[in-house]
Amino acid sequence: MGVVEGKFNDNFITSKVDSLVAWARKSALWPMTFGLACCAIEMMASGAARYDFDRFGVIFRATPRQSDVIIVAGTVTHKMGSAIRKVYDQMPEPRWVIAMGNCATCGGPYPNYAVMQGVDEIIPVDVYIPGCPPRPESLMWGVMQLQKKIEQEKFIRK
Amino acid sequence: MADESVQGENSEVDEETSDLNPEEDSKKDVGRDILDVLEAKFPGSTFDAEAFSNFEDELSITLKPDSLEEVALFLKDHEIFQFTMLVDLTAVHFPNDDLPLHVLYQLFSIEKNRRVRLKVRLQEEQSIPTVSNLWSSANWMEREVFDLFGIDFSGHPDLRRILMPDDWGSHPMLKSYPLEGKGERVYDKPQRKEIGE
Repeated sequence: MGVVEGKFNDNFITSKVDSLVAWARKSALWPMTFGLACCAIEMMASGAARYDFDRFGVIFRATPRQSDVIIVAGTVTHKMGSAIRKVYDQMPEPRWVIAMGNCATCGGPYPNYAVMQGVDEIIPVDVYIPGCPPRPESLMWGVMQLQKKIEQEKFIRK
Repeated sequence: MADESVQGENSEVDEETSDLNPEEDSKKDVGRDILDVLEAKFPGSTFDAEAFSNFEDELSITLKPDSLEEVALFLKDHEIFQFTMLVDLTAVHFPNDDLPLHVLYQLFSIEKNRRVRLKVRLQEEQSIPTVSNLWSSANWMEREVFDLFGIDFSGHPDLRRILMPDDWGSHPMLKSYPLEGKGERVYDKPQRKEIGE
């Protein structure tokens, strides 16, 4: 980048393709809401007026086919696990997973027969957000960490 | 002045306990009209041993399983009682009893504002007739009891699991089932993309 800086008019912006693609992907993260339990309330609060999520480019989509990231918010039971797997498989690449709250991270306060001990038993998770429930600021921190992770992905050469 | 009032209270308490305060007595005797009518109408063989207990103004009646239908219908339709609402239907498992599974029915009368409890004690693997033709709220509640305890309700229109997955295999609320489960679900942990991939 140093070689071509400043060689052109002001109408030309130079960048790497990887940076450009990463910027486009992280600035418009469309999550599919998977609000299962109490963490869903905090997710709703962070999408509402006071802690606005729209300024991050985040628009909540109700369908996996049109979303980039799935935010698993709440307790995942074994019965729900097969549904989550189906929904995750329906998401087109590139896709990421945020596990929000203690229950999605590690089973939370429920070490029993019915609760899956963390959603990462069944889908690969990118960002874990601890808390019971995590405050809206924590959820935003988690989304920003995911944005930092996306910045470092390579697009051209895998 | 304070001493006098304290002494006065003490003497009142003594009087109450020695006189068997009539208010306490009527509280103990709640449900007496229900008991009279039931004992008159149904012979003694419909009720289990220690049939009636009214602890803390709650009347609870223990029945034999084959007399459940007629007593429930009687309590629902009789114009004295009119227990038209089934509030709850659950079960309890006492593994050391000779009749370990107790099925509980909580009935409520909207017209008369009264509550009563029916108890049926069962062996394991014993079935009990359904009450879903009397109270339709019993439909899902009996499915829950079947799912968690394994009690079969004969005549139920759609008896299948409601809370656990369909192929779970065991009944989790029995005391013999461990809290962390028997390992029915084991998954292969998926591979995660690391940073920079």
